[in-house]
Amino acid sequence: MLEEKPRQSKSNRDGADPIGAVLVVGGGIAGMQASLDLADQGFRVYLVEKESAIGGKMAQLDKTFPTNDCAMCTISPKLVETGRHPNIEILTNSEVLDLNGEVGDFSVRVRRQPRYVDVDKCVACNDCADVCPVVIPDAFNEGLSLRRAIAKRYPQAFPNAYAIEKRGIAACRDACPAGQRAQGYIALIREGRWQDAMRVIKMDNPFPGICGRICNHRCETACNRGLVDEPINIRALKRFVTDKVYAEPRPQVETAEQRFDERVAIIGAGPCGLTAAQDLVREGYGVSVFEAMPVAGGMLRLGVPEYRLPTYIIEREVQDIIDLGVDLKLNTRVDDLDDLFVQGYDAVLIAVGAHEGVRLPIPGADLEGVLVNTHFLRDVRLGKYQNGGPKIQELGQRVLVLGGGNVAIDCARSAVRLGREVHLACLESREEMPAHEWEVQAAEAEGVHVHPKRAFEEILGDGSGHVSGMLCSLVSSFSFDEQGGLHLEKAPQSEHTISCDTVIFSIGQRAGLAFIPDDAGVGVTGKQTIAVNPNTLAATRPGVFAAGDSVSGTAFVIEAVDSGHTAARSIIRYLRGEHLEPAPKPDLPVVKLTQEEIDARMARGEIHLQPRVPLPELPVHERIHSFSEVEGGYDDESAQHEAARCLACGVCSECMSCVFACGVKAIDHDMVARDENLQVGAVVLAPGYQAYHAELSEEYGFGRYPNVVTSLQFERLLSASGPTRGHVERPSDGEKPARVAFLQCIGSRDQNHDYCSAVCCMYATKEALIAKEHDPDLDVQVFMMDMRAFSKGYQAYFQRARERYGIGYTRCRISALWEEPNSHDLLVQYQDESGQRRLERFDLVVLSVGMEISEGVKRLGKRLGVELDEYGFCHTVQFNPLETSRAGIYAVGPFREPKDIPESVAEGSAAAAAAAARLQAARFTLTREVTYPAERDVSGEEPRVGVFVCHCGSNIGGYLDVPQVTEYAQSLPNVVHAESNLYTCSQDSIRHISEQIEALGLNRVVVSSCTPLTHQPLFQDSLRAAGLNPYLFEMANIRNQCSWVHSDDWQAATRKAKDLVRMAVARAARLAPQHTVDVPVQNTALVVGGGAAGMSAALSLAEQGFPVHLVEKENELGGNLRFIRTSLPRTGLGLDAGARAPAKVLRQLREDVLSSTKIQLHLESEIVASRGFMGNFTSTLRRADGSREEIPHGATILATGGEEYRGPEYSFGEDPQVVTQQQFEALLEDIPGEIRSVAMILCVGPAEKYCSRICCSVALKNALALKERQPDAQVTILYKDIRTYGFKERLYEQARRRGVVFMRYDDDHLPQLTRHEPLALEAWDPSLKRKLALEPDFLVLSMPVVPTAQSRQLAGHFKAAVDDQGFFLEAHVKLRPVDFASDGIFMAGSAHYPKLLDETLVQAQSAAARAARVLSRQNLQAGGRVAVVDPQRCTACLTCVRICPFSVPKISSSVTGAGGVMGAAVIEAAVCQGCGLCAGECPARAIQLMHYTDEQMYAKVGALITPDTIPVRVSLGD
Amino acid sequence: MSPDASNNGSQIVAYCCEHCAYAAADLAGGLRLRYPPAIKIVQLPCTGKLDELMVLQALESGVDAIMVAG
Repeated sequence: MLEEKPRQSKSNRDGADPIGAVLVVGGGIAGMQASLDLADQGFRVYLVEKESAIGGKMAQLDKTFPTNDCAMCTISPKLVETGRHPNIEILTNSEVLDLNGEVGDFSVRVRRQPRYVDVDKCVACNDCADVCPVVIPDAFNEGLSLRRAIAKRYPQAFPNAYAIEKRGIAACRDACPAGQRAQGYIALIREGRWQDAMRVIKMDNPFPGICGRICNHRCETACNRGLVDEPINIRALKRFVTDKVYAEPRPQVETAEQRFDERVAIIGAGPCGLTAAQDLVREGYGVSVFEAMPVAGGMLRLGVPEYRLPTYIIEREVQDIIDLGVDLKLNTRVDDLDDLFVQGYDAVLIAVGAHEGVRLPIPGADLEGVLVNTHFLRDVRLGKYQNGGPKIQELGQRVLVLGGGNVAIDCARSAVRLGREVHLACLESREEMPAHEWEVQAAEAEGVHVHPKRAFEEILGDGSGHVSGMLCSLVSSFSFDEQGGLHLEKAPQSEHTISCDTVIFSIGQRAGLAFIPDDAGVGVTGKQTIAVNPNTLAATRPGVFAAGDSVSGTAFVIEAVDSGHTAARSIIRYLRGEHLEPAPKPDLPVVKLTQEEIDARMARGEIHLQPRVPLPELPVHERIHSFSEVEGGYDDESAQHEAARCLACGVCSECMSCVFACGVKAIDHDMVARDENLQVGAVVLAPGYQAYHAELSEEYGFGRYPNVVTSLQFERLLSASGPTRGHVERPSDGEKPARVAFLQCIGSRDQNHDYCSAVCCMYATKEALIAKEHDPDLDVQVFMMDMRAFSKGYQAYFQRARERYGIGYTRCRISALWEEPNSHDLLVQYQDESGQRRLERFDLVVLSVGMEISEGVKRLGKRLGVELDEYGFCHTVQFNPLETSRAGIYAVGPFREPKDIPESVAEGSAAAAAAAARLQAARFTLTREVTYPAERDVSGEEPRVGVFVCHCGSNIGGYLDVPQVTEYAQSLPNVVHAESNLYTCSQDSIRHISEQIEALGLNRVVVSSCTPLTHQPLFQDSLRAAGLNPYLFEMANIRNQCSWVHSDDWQAATRKAKDLVRMAVARAARLAPQHTVDVPVQNTALVVGGGAAGMSAALSLAEQGFPVHLVEKENELGGNLRFIRTSLPRTGLGLDAGARAPAKVLRQLREDVLSSTKIQLHLESEIVASRGFMGNFTSTLRRADGSREEIPHGATILATGGEEYRGPEYSFGEDPQVVTQQQFEALLEDIPGEIRSVAMILCVGPAEKYCSRICCSVALKNALALKERQPDAQVTILYKDIRTYGFKERLYEQARRRGVVFMRYDDDHLPQLTRHEPLALEAWDPSLKRKLALEPDFLVLSMPVVPTAQSRQLAGHFKAAVDDQGFFLEAHVKLRPVDFASDGIFMAGSAHYPKLLDETLVQAQSAAARAARVLSRQNLQAGGRVAVVDPQRCTACLTCVRICPFSVPKISSSVTGAGGVMGAAVIEAAVCQGCGLCAGECPARAIQLMHYTDEQMYAKVGALITPDTIPVRVSLGD
Repeated sequence: MSPDASNNGSQIVAYCCEHCAYAAADLAGGLRLRYPPAIKIVQLPCTGKLDELMVLQALESGVDAIMVAG
């Protein structure tokens, strides 16, 4: 029912047609805009974003200049619109791998990295993040705060779902044979969550207390912290947790339910056998464990001495397994394997360990007093030697242990504790002894004499058959061959005797396999181990498995555990009849930090040196007299301290806390990356920029000095949702700064960057200004080279900052700064404008970092085969500014050149137009539409309200009484049903609401949960799915505006929730269905203005298949383009490349316009009137001959251009040697004789008030052109600021290199023209502090571009707005840069603001895209939340006409108004924005805003105080 | 008597624009900020929609104070 269906089937497309889908790379503001414009025009869009949410850099910003709008408030509607668009598929955590094919038919491979959270299931309740123990720097807050490994990128993020960051497997986990999630339980210990830590350990290891004591902890060897100082003491932390948990009363272990008939016999109750038993019992199989000894635990219980491993720990952990329901048979030796099958076991696991000690076949090995290690240790453990035990006499006073392994050390140290003198002899050198070094050292400390490099020749007897000594030789070298045979070289004549009365062999152990009959079909290796398949641990006989030491030979307990798990998994597969080989697992990389990364993290202050917290140990004199545990454990504080040292290398540790917490089972740690193939016709690249890494400019101390922050960090400090909730605080001490300095051009305009980042001057000004608004006493100083306030409203903004807010601006590039170490204040040295050296102290320094292209984006560019420049910026064709070197791939935003939001948005739209032009034949071939069942007519029904109250996990239910609220809702009038849901927005709940609507005949729905801003459309869908009009829905926001803000007062929150539900129900009962009607769209466009902007907008629309009327008042096309002789070189190097290019562009545009069959050209014509609304305009054209024509059109583009100001300044117009830049440009084409010198004055006339944006670049272009032709000509440029933004900076650099002289002036020292014929000019040089006289041949004035007189008049015809200067006023300066506030009318070119040719062409395409969005639709939907006039009450007072910001209400003389007087307001539903201003202002209350009627709103507010007691009886639908 | 006896029984209606102040109140919740439970937020498409009658009727019905944010 809710399936999305293609509007037309794909089969409509024959082979030659392009594919009607576009790939957009990058979900920032430019990518979103391109996606929306394409999707609205009938193309399917795949939006690929590498982060877990769209929004890009703009989402991180606090405010935007020059309006100081909240960035989030402006971007979040775009996020929602993009996210919910049926034709935009958002692929987060994704990147493009490669691309094949050509324009119209590309094949793209996209890698979708796992998010580990199912976006469709996640309800973003935050329960997972609440329990995630891993903290990492929050990248969204630029590292100023911490976040959890599972997180939503930012509160308003789309998709509204969490994501887990996994870098790979932590080195500790990788090194552990059992895969212990050490990083996870360490993080939980840091948080003091002992039980949770224990749970994490026990997921992989049933013997935490044991491993916490005796594990050989390879994890610590691998630990990346070792690169910093010392590895984390992981083993001790594990022991700490078990000690904490075991100190509590032991909880009852629940018996596992036996779900299968099959039974498994396990031979051996050691760690391996018990691990397998645990896994099998938990899985539901019956398990019997056969143990020959009187106790369980195997080698742990009988091989490891008590002083290392106390018995109670073993007993506890063994019992925890047995209690699951394992049938343990002690003292039961299995003598015959076959017999087990006879007894009915379906599978057998041999896990007998390696308990058979080995004697060397040397003379005397059978003497009395010769023991073997395993028996000795077992007897010690069973108490046979201690305190008059039965064997006490058998042990002599001088004990010699033969062997150098860990077991030998155990024997030696045990003998020490029995009060014996102990020697230990081994083959190896002291350094090469196989025992752990710390064990050998401990033994030596306890008095064991070690005799290394000994070959054992003979055990000497005392004549009575008892040992008296050991004859040894010294070993000079030895080796083992492949068969395990020993090859020795002894030192000559080195034989000697070590006297002793007991010898203990400890040279190895092996399994006792006598119970396996020769004909059992179970193979045994030459090393006396059982032959198995190493992957499955299956022995050669089906149904028989073997694991642990009996397969591997002697190993460590953690390996036995791993082996037990593996065997259990194999046995389960065997019993289920599955293929025995395990399925391959997702292959996560192992995180090995490099020294460079460690250093970088230390430089950023994320890691500090901090050695391991030491463990207490029993002093030697105490320990040699008892079997008490040698090693002590951590206390809480030292354990947490040690745990806090963990670097969290893997980021997510897979501790599974989130899985346990998630109430909708949305988390899946086994997700893997997958590659997807997409077929698209075109590609838009909007990958954005990265901020310059300020730590690379070491002279500014970023990373070292805590109070040096980047501008993006400062942006987060200012943000109300930032780390300090909008309070500017110093990172070093949290204090409010009193003095802040901004350092400009960090990573711009320097030796490594020959470009200007275009936005820093303005964002620094904005940040300074907002900081001042937060704290008016703040002193802010900005150190800059030039103030680049070059766009609309910027200059006024800058002046306001300086004059009204008192922000100080100093022209100086700061070369370095220093920190005062105690206070962390910062010292900045500079030269002020009077030339005085000054040293100033600041509390906080902000580095205004520039834009760069990230390495990832450079690689993307290479993979896609588009040309990039040396910085990674994308090359595009100057006069087709968005097309890359590969046809069909367009680049937008800062990827092309550093730029601000509105230019990026315009480029997004323009790329949409370019792509749409290529793919227009495939429009609507791949789009989808959601279909709903027919709407039920509820008119005449009494309101039947259903209320659904959400627990939101614990987000609501944890802070207020949801059942009580639900019960209360049930008692309210008109409510026929109330229920509570754990998560009302989960997929099954949404379905359930639809079912309830149908089952209970509900005709109104109230959901009491979170915010309608994110969730209303979702719930409305459930109404539509049940055939109910979506307007019959109301929400009560009892989470964001109740439980979350009153979480400290259960009673008050519950009361308020009831109030909110009551108010919602009162309104809901009065809601009426609203319907939209289709209004047909006229798909012709009107473009006014035949210059570059108008022609290219018209052509773009024509290429996209729309008929266009192009109106030009002059008798030829071209506009200002006719006066542009040379183009602005993109790089500033080599003018010739672009010389005369503008003329070529002009010719091409003219030819294309004239030859286009879609464009109807009207020269010498003007628009004199217009009426109608978006989709249905009618404009009146007047020709030169006075004839008129009415043109119907659906969209309008106004591109009437600007003109160069020609005022009387500097005697312009009187002196022929005083010319404008435009005139000078013409003059340069044909220079009259030699020009010796030229002076140029920038910012002439009205440019004092606003920056005309292009003049600096044009002046430099002309200066360079003159220098090109006459290198000796002297050029002096008198300027206030040089505003060569972006790559235009290269012109400035080039001009200085070519010897152009730059002289600054300010408003107090304007240059003076002192003489004509020849010209003489006097100017004040602020650096020399004196007047200079110039005698140029020409004085060239940079006159600003001003709007034409026609613009204002034309805007009047279309009810479109203009600004103070007369430039067209866009609907929103950042996000709707080419739209007028009135729908369906768009702007392009210099009539909006002065702009360069390439900018004009982009904007024209952008306007075309916006217009195409209207023209491509067959119908517009009118109605819904719109204002409706009751003409009977309307007196045509014009209030609504005047107040509507969108110029929608009109007075129609053909409608009868109040009192039968002709004339009443008409509001066209198709263009009404539904803001309700008119309804609020209408003095006669003749206007009602549908869905917000007076009755509905009064009922809602009134119900707060007076409960609605009378059920509403309304007849709906009339 | 007012059905809500908390906050000494006071009730405050906050008319909020859905684009800014209402969204800001949502964010305040996200950040777990605190304000008195007496405040009941009523969403409007734009605070320009508010007219005197909506204020006066609320006061007349017994609401103690009105806040407008947008």
